[in-house]
Amino acid sequence: MTRVYLDNNATTIVDPKVYDVMSPFFCQMYGNPNSLHSFGSETHPALRTAMNQLYKGLNASDDDDIIVTSCATESNNWVLKAVYFDKILNGDKNHIIISEVEHPAIYSTCKWLETLGVKVTYLPVNHDGIVEAHTVKDFITDKTALVSIMWANNETGAIFPIKEIAQICKEKNVLFHTDGVQAVGKIKVDVQDVEVDFLSFSAHKFHGPKGVGGLYIKNSQELSALLHGGEHMGGRRSGTLNVAGIVGMGLAMELANDAIEYENKEVRRLRDKLEDALLQIPKTFVVTSRDKRTPNTMLISIKGVEGEAMLWDLNKAGIAASTGSACASEDLEANPVLMAVGADKELAHTAIRLSLSRFTTEDEIDYTIDVFKKAVIRLREISGSYAE
Amino acid sequence: MAKNDLIGGSIWEEYSNKVAELMNNPKHRGRFTQEEADSKGFKLIVADFGAESCGDAVRLYWLVNPNGDIIENAKYESFGCGTAIASSDMMVELCIGKSVDEAVKITNLDVEMALRDSPDIPAVPPQKMHCSVMAYDVIKKAASLYKGVDMASFEQEIIVCECARVSLSTIKEVIRLNDLKTVEDITNYTKAGAFCKSCIKPGGHEDREYYLVDILRETREEMEKDKLLQNANTVFGGGTVAFNDMTIVQKIKAIESIIDENIRPMLVMDGGNIEILDVKDSGSHTDVYIRYLGACSGCASSSTGTLFAIENVLKAKLDNALRVFPV
Repeated sequence: MTRVYLDNNATTIVDPKVYDVMSPFFCQMYGNPNSLHSFGSETHPALRTAMNQLYKGLNASDDDDIIVTSCATESNNWVLKAVYFDKILNGDKNHIIISEVEHPAIYSTCKWLETLGVKVTYLPVNHDGIVEAHTVKDFITDKTALVSIMWANNETGAIFPIKEIAQICKEKNVLFHTDGVQAVGKIKVDVQDVEVDFLSFSAHKFHGPKGVGGLYIKNSQELSALLHGGEHMGGRRSGTLNVAGIVGMGLAMELANDAIEYENKEVRRLRDKLEDALLQIPKTFVVTSRDKRTPNTMLISIKGVEGEAMLWDLNKAGIAASTGSACASEDLEANPVLMAVGADKELAHTAIRLSLSRFTTEDEIDYTIDVFKKAVIRLREISGSYAE
Repeated sequence: MAKNDLIGGSIWEEYSNKVAELMNNPKHRGRFTQEEADSKGFKLIVADFGAESCGDAVRLYWLVNPNGDIIENAKYESFGCGTAIASSDMMVELCIGKSVDEAVKITNLDVEMALRDSPDIPAVPPQKMHCSVMAYDVIKKAASLYKGVDMASFEQEIIVCECARVSLSTIKEVIRLNDLKTVEDITNYTKAGAFCKSCIKPGGHEDREYYLVDILRETREEMEKDKLLQNANTVFGGGTVAFNDMTIVQKIKAIESIIDENIRPMLVMDGGNIEILDVKDSGSHTDVYIRYLGACSGCASSSTGTLFAIENVLKAKLDNALRVFPV
């Protein structure tokens, strides 16, 4: 059966080249890098290469830290909890600013911090699904410890004005963190150009392995550890190094950066082709204007078609997509992004996210267009609501 | 939460084959027109329930034969996920051929049961149970339209958990009978709250009129009040409650009443009296602080014979761990 993977904002295929470079570190070079003997030291050249690839990939300076973590959720938790510890519990701040469309790794962590007495401001998005930089300025106070705004949104692909926000935070002398998970590998991410204090990323979103990610820390600045233990990662993040993961993530970062141009031409062309075709279906719309989105993502609303039912029909035809409003979730709020951009309430449960990658082919897009249109016709016949 | 809950995303795998089959090939999808109904001499009923803005909406069409109120044919339109569509389809199948009065008795549990492949294995995972509830609600709506009565008239009881159809009175009863203290206890005893979890507390899948957290809190408060009243009735109505089980106020009142009945009359005869200054629980003892009044104050026996007499009477009448201290 034909299978098409259009859920690349959830996770991606590991690039076979990445898989190849990782494989010797399971059964051959399996030593602990912290050991003095040769089993340990023979892993060092590959680890150094990987760290160079990560630093080059983000354009970090040698005075900065890029600490490898287990995932972006860990990186995000680390920043929020350490800032709470360093600046709020043991400092004179009490306030954190995030956006209302942050990933749960930020959002839920902040909800938890609220129970500890932290004041959290949730910035809204505008009609185009974007957090406007001036809103950050409006809400910063002298008690603000941290601003954390994602670089690109996972659902819509909307790219936020991170450079402007970073500048505002710098002027106001407030720490700035960005969850760069959906940006790295899709658009140019240059930490010296943008001047963020902290940036989270995750290998499996750019064709690396799962279970490995990182946190960029500008100027190796203060940030209490989340994981205490041995002297790994310079004592900043304990836990035996995930050698294969680090090696894989390094190469994945390099390959992703090499492919940025392809991503922004070819992947964008395929995404636009898909989008143009699907928008021919009456009563559909896509959130966030194209030029303000990552090149691989579209969130489309189809009147009269419930999201999970649509996923079912796509899956039956071998196509993987995603919906932000799965009806099985215990907390069935309307899709916050759709509501924020001012969509009708009836559309709250009609959003389908399609996210491509550099491995997506033209044939796959043609097939998807065909299947998608048929599924919409079938499900609208069942719902009857479009016909009225 | 335990082993089986640790890896997510298995909802679709838990659908029965019947659910998947009806989602893929619904049998009763569609609508009837007034002309079709008129041509056959049937009454057309069109009932809506739910809303697309809430993620689920269903419209039920009945062709009812006025001669015996028989639902001769039925169809539906459904905006919702796979289980919502399959539940609607099965609900319609169960309606066809029944009288309106019989159809109203179909519950969401009947719909779910009919969707099972084998009688012992649920047709849908717990979080999808609520999809069948709407299929049930829309029947009541259709029947109310047909009969020109209010929907609520078909419901005998207040249902708190629609998925498991557990009533308010049942929940209150199990809390009281089994002295339940947590919502998890209620779920374990009744299955209320085990499925879509909307009825547990506000902020869930859908808004409810009653939530288990509130019912639990209110019932516990009522139980507490009942217990106080019961205790009070026993203490002051001649019954027996162990002195140790009394609240501090009850203890003070009990001590006062013993002093009034057994001690004060003797002291008054000698021109004296006492008042209770305080009563304190001090771990294993209850300490009573008293002050002598009138002739008693300054009496030589007030710290010996009289004091022992007072203490012994209280000990004998109430509790051996009582101690009396003159201040």
